[in-house]
Amino acid sequence: MPKQAAEVRRHNFSEVALGYSVEHAVEEARRCLNCKKPKCVLGCPVEIDIPGFIRCIAERDFSSGVSVLKEKNLLPAICGRVCPQEEQCEETCILLKKGGQIAIGRLERFLADWEARQGELEIPKSPAATGKKVAVVGGGPAGLTVAGDLIKLGHQVIIFEALHKMGGVLIYGIPEFRLPKAIVSREVDYLKKLGVEVITDFVVGKTRTVDSLLQEFDAIFIGSGAGLPWFMDIPGENLNGVYSANEYLTRMNLMKGYLFPRFPTPIKEHKRVAVVGGGNVAMDCARTALRLGAEARIIYRRSRQELPAREEEVENAEEEGVIFDFLTLPIRYIGNENGWIKEIECLRMELGEPDSSGRRRPVPIEGSEFILPMDAAICAIGNSPNPLIAASTPGLEVGKRGNIVADEESGKTSRERVWAGGDVVTGAATVILAMGAGRKAARSIHEHLSSL
Amino acid sequence: MFKLLETQMIVPNIHLVTLEAPAIASEIRPGQFVIVRAEEEGERIPLSVSDWDREKGTLTIIFMNVGNTTGKLASLRGGQNLPTVVGPLGNATEIEKFGTVLCLGGCYGIGSIFPIARGLKEKENKVITVIEARSSYLCYWEEKLEQVSDRIVSITRDGTKGYRGHVDRLPEIIKSLDEPVDRMIINGCTFLLKKGSDASRPLGIKTVVSLNPIMIDGTGMCGVCRVTVGGSTKFACVDGPDFDGHQVDWAELLQRRRTYMPEEVTSMRTSRCEEHVVKR
Repeated sequence: MPKQAAEVRRHNFSEVALGYSVEHAVEEARRCLNCKKPKCVLGCPVEIDIPGFIRCIAERDFSSGVSVLKEKNLLPAICGRVCPQEEQCEETCILLKKGGQIAIGRLERFLADWEARQGELEIPKSPAATGKKVAVVGGGPAGLTVAGDLIKLGHQVIIFEALHKMGGVLIYGIPEFRLPKAIVSREVDYLKKLGVEVITDFVVGKTRTVDSLLQEFDAIFIGSGAGLPWFMDIPGENLNGVYSANEYLTRMNLMKGYLFPRFPTPIKEHKRVAVVGGGNVAMDCARTALRLGAEARIIYRRSRQELPAREEEVENAEEEGVIFDFLTLPIRYIGNENGWIKEIECLRMELGEPDSSGRRRPVPIEGSEFILPMDAAICAIGNSPNPLIAASTPGLEVGKRGNIVADEESGKTSRERVWAGGDVVTGAATVILAMGAGRKAARSIHEHLSSL
Repeated sequence: MFKLLETQMIVPNIHLVTLEAPAIASEIRPGQFVIVRAEEEGERIPLSVSDWDREKGTLTIIFMNVGNTTGKLASLRGGQNLPTVVGPLGNATEIEKFGTVLCLGGCYGIGSIFPIARGLKEKENKVITVIEARSSYLCYWEEKLEQVSDRIVSITRDGTKGYRGHVDRLPEIIKSLDEPVDRMIINGCTFLLKKGSDASRPLGIKTVVSLNPIMIDGTGMCGVCRVTVGGSTKFACVDGPDFDGHQVDWAELLQRRRTYMPEEVTSMRTSRCEEHVVKR
């Protein structure tokens, strides 16, 4: 797929991947074998009829393609961009070993973008109202999916969002150059047009408790995400210039810090930025810092092979000039006399025996300490579920890491009429897994509501 | 949208706003705070809440005009709207029957100590309220505080009201009371919280401070508000804002609060001036 040239894009915040042209999309779609038992669908957490929409593209019937896509996925413009297709639908494509899998994600994005260019979206007729009321906690991918599924079944849905904008991690976390915010707003607006009501600036667990909402709603879905950042608990972590990835990305994406002072939330223009971690979030932070003019580097304790980030994102980061320090572990942040970070002390690592995750465990090399001069560090090593709801909801079973315990198939929690899904259940994962969990929960909620 | 009902400057540079936020007003307890945005695309800042009316569904917030967002907030008038008021955030101040409690408030904290003093009084504590200000003309809400306090004491830097000096006069004030102080609660700027804690430490009085570090979301998500208390890192938004003043790493907190000083100056210079130039 065409991309902005690395030299150009490292100086702007516009989207990196430019998307397929019509001809390119049709050509790609025509490669699809239309398998009788399509394995790609099995790899999709929301069960999209993949050969179905690809056939429509091949036949240049884009409008029908959109309908096929939207039967199962209300957020195709988002999924087409941020889903790890290489581990899901594309991984099981029969063509994978015969000249290359179909670029399913890119085709999905193509259709969604095509639809957006057609102007006003078609709003399906509202179904008869059931009179049942559902509260959705959190306006991220899980919550949006539940809301979309249930509104189409005629239930009344209200989403409660803690921040001032809808979208959750799609808005505060994923940068503009990977997922333009206009796309997220468009998808949220579509849900509103379907009849979903949205209340922002409302923290369930604080503004109102789950128990209080249960008096008014027939069912509650909790999709409050993994919002509590981890730190490494090493010396100097509270120095000025040491951020959590959440803080750095929120300043940038939600608050538009890169447009300071036109937008009043500031972000520092650092010269040398180290990002600790190897996931997609780490890549997002490093590529953001780079675009603000910094020399950006990833510090990761394992080797390139074990990077949890998508290969596509790692390649993008490399092309743009992010420096990678593999097999490196930060052990201390060193400050200057004003309390600002000036150096990071690190250890070199080597790979030992495989650990519980199946990846080879990094082991420190004795005496390998070295110092990297740095004026900022961003800790991107993960998040745990936000504790506000669990802490304010008696009887809601919570796991060891603060995650809400929910049935994998139905999303049911230990509390009657309360469902949960997405990162708040699994810990930080992907957009599409959160949507998959939302889909299952919506099904179970609908069953429950229909039985009343 | 949250409608402003009343705005006024109650003493020089300290402002009071009353606004409609029924959901928050029905839940809020003393010591909790809200996050506010003064304009669309505006910054999110935490502000203590000084009073509320559950029936009318209103909050009263007192703040000092110190920067971009508070400046914008100060310029708004009744009838205008705030795009964001979210809360009540943080944990409520612990209010039990402690015996004699000294409530110390300075700048905006003279306002936000009020609901705490009221709560303590309702629990039948003896409440001594100490108002700290640079000068007598910066003291406010004394009548209101009198209604919920057994005694009011003022300290002014210039001695124009009450004791002359700063909170280093606290030990004398405490000595002049008829009974020992069982607990101290401080609201106000970080400097006051630190000085007050320093003053009470040698007296062995348990001292609770309401911290006010930089915040963005206020729900535990960003971690910018982290403070070291008793050697471990806490998030002021979800673990606080109240902490034991004798356990707080004040040097670190003061230094973290200075993170965006240069940007604050840029912000004041560019956005505000331009706006006024354009208007004329």
